[in-house]
Amino acid sequence: MRTPFSLRLFSAMPAPARIALALFALAAFVWVPVAHLMLPADHALHLSAYWVSLLGKILCYMVVAVAMDLIWGYAGILSLGHGMFFALGGYAFGMYLMRQIGRDGSYGADLPDFMVFLAWKELPWYWTGSDSFLWAAFLAMALPGVVAFVFGWFAFRSRIKGVYFSIITQALTYAAMLLFFRNETGFGGNNGFTDFKRIFGYSITAPETRVALFALSALLLILCLLLGRYLVTSRFGRVLAAIRDAESRVMFIGYNPLHYKLFIWTLSAVLCGIAGALYVPQVGIINPSEMSPANSIEIAVWVAVGGRGTLVGAVVGAGVVNLAKTWFTVSFPEYWPFVLGFLFIAVTLFMPQGIVGLARRLFARRAASGAAPATRVGHAPEPESEPVGGPAAVKGAGA
Amino acid sequence: MNAQADHTPIAQPPGHVTGPSRHVVVPGELDLSHNVILYLEDITVSFDGFRALNRLSLAVDAGELRCIIGPNGAGKTTMMDVITGKTRPDSGKAFFGQTIDLTKMTEPQIAHAGIGRKFQKPTVFEQLTVFENLELAMKTDKRVRRALFARLSSEEGDRIAAVLDRIRLSGAAGRTAGLLSHGQKQWLEIGMLLVQEPRLLLLDEPVAGMTDDETERTAELFVSLAGEHSLVVVEHDMAFVEALGGKVTVLHEGSVLAEGPLADVQEDPRVIEVYLGR
Repeated sequence: MRTPFSLRLFSAMPAPARIALALFALAAFVWVPVAHLMLPADHALHLSAYWVSLLGKILCYMVVAVAMDLIWGYAGILSLGHGMFFALGGYAFGMYLMRQIGRDGSYGADLPDFMVFLAWKELPWYWTGSDSFLWAAFLAMALPGVVAFVFGWFAFRSRIKGVYFSIITQALTYAAMLLFFRNETGFGGNNGFTDFKRIFGYSITAPETRVALFALSALLLILCLLLGRYLVTSRFGRVLAAIRDAESRVMFIGYNPLHYKLFIWTLSAVLCGIAGALYVPQVGIINPSEMSPANSIEIAVWVAVGGRGTLVGAVVGAGVVNLAKTWFTVSFPEYWPFVLGFLFIAVTLFMPQGIVGLARRLFARRAASGAAPATRVGHAPEPESEPVGGPAAVKGAGA
Repeated sequence: MNAQADHTPIAQPPGHVTGPSRHVVVPGELDLSHNVILYLEDITVSFDGFRALNRLSLAVDAGELRCIIGPNGAGKTTMMDVITGKTRPDSGKAFFGQTIDLTKMTEPQIAHAGIGRKFQKPTVFEQLTVFENLELAMKTDKRVRRALFARLSSEEGDRIAAVLDRIRLSGAAGRTAGLLSHGQKQWLEIGMLLVQEPRLLLLDEPVAGMTDDETERTAELFVSLAGEHSLVVVEHDMAFVEALGGKVTVLHEGSVLAEGPLADVQEDPRVIEVYLGR
């Protein structure tokens, strides 16, 4: 008989992960709203608008990192163009936010300011329907998804792999950036979209709106983690790991790696798109620099720092690097690129498993003083990969 | 097997006689009406002018255990590549049974049709456990949609347990495959072939790096598989070839030099000259 889907999802999760998730939900859905909305501004525990927006932004980055980990950590495909999917989602939703400005722009016109500035008389055809929230939300997912699907289909069918694939994704995001820099493209050129006023009719700067967007980002992250967790512990996830380790073997046992790669690749892009759509109203701007190659590389750095192939590592990495970035860009802005580069090299050389890998090793060393060496070596894959419902002999061997 | 039962032609659409070179491809339906499971004719493969296979012709009977020997560069691995769809021949025919044209199929399609392959270098999924390796290889619907929601049934678990037993890895089911010894990896890969339930097994140097004891047990396993499955074994180890006891084909410079029982082949002066005598 089929176990309910949600139950299977939770049963596949270790207890510490469940506790961490519950604590996170508590912080995001109770602490932040209370600290921002209910406590007076001079209260010691009051959370300022700056912090809510910053944390909301980082939550969106965490979603991107999880999407990146699915494709890089589990399928072994390093994308250096994920910033493009993020920005595409942002632009798609940004169109809706631009239309929500209505006549409150600097020129008081029906058209967005930048179009008035370019002396355009009407909206380009691809802005059709952009005043509808549902259409914008759909576009934010569909646009990155379709671009990823088409690109992935050609790249994976041609069996482009490894560094070649990475370089092409890098070129792709660069090309997209140049395209969006052009005023003729119809997305605001190098200024992009900004000066948003409303979302869903509510003021975008209202504290309630801010908290709602923050909570939505947190919810998205939780859902992404659950989805990712389910995928990587399913047979699908094991096929991905198999493709990463020995792709030709996978083909000879009858799987078509193209379909598997394409599925996870497209899903990863869609998740980035949703994250981008939530990012734009919280940050208040989207411009082509989001598509710069350096941004996409930074996404890979988050995952590497946190520890790839762990999901939680992506979240930790995105959090740590972005908090560090926030502090550095305020205190020593000119040094941040060096810090980032140093971080990447140091992690690659000394912490190949990232922060999570290091923590696991320390934890295992402390816990395994009396345990057999075999349980330590196989520490990471074993608990999550034990086949449910397998024969008793197998369970005994895996435990 | 079941040569008589298969005499009724399967999936021959009536009226499909136009174009003598056109063959009907019915994936999954293996027609053994002439008792031939693998048929290669005039296969030629060139790499940058070098002819890896030169008008190679070969026929393997259903249930047969065939050994392929030959010096390095004779084209043994290239032949396997052609059969499994990794390499497309420049010319020639390759048929699985009477109807399945291998030259028009992709690797996964060929695997589904019933051809399993073991590589020269053992390739197992090192990050996964022994059990998971077998689970992935198991004959089942291998599309994404199915893999997303797949649960292991108890019947499937039993099948895996039976194969684990056969390859003597029952005690190591939960171990990460990367931690196995070389010989165990070879056995695991053979096990991955077995759970696929293929009709034809291609085995490229299956006992390389095994101890004498393991080699002997592998020979026993293969002999027990013949009949139910058809096997094509590429091997350098003459003692192993002798233990298998099947017909031997000698390849040289991309074509068949000699064919027959090992004793006859070993006495063939041409074979002695190019291979055994060196």
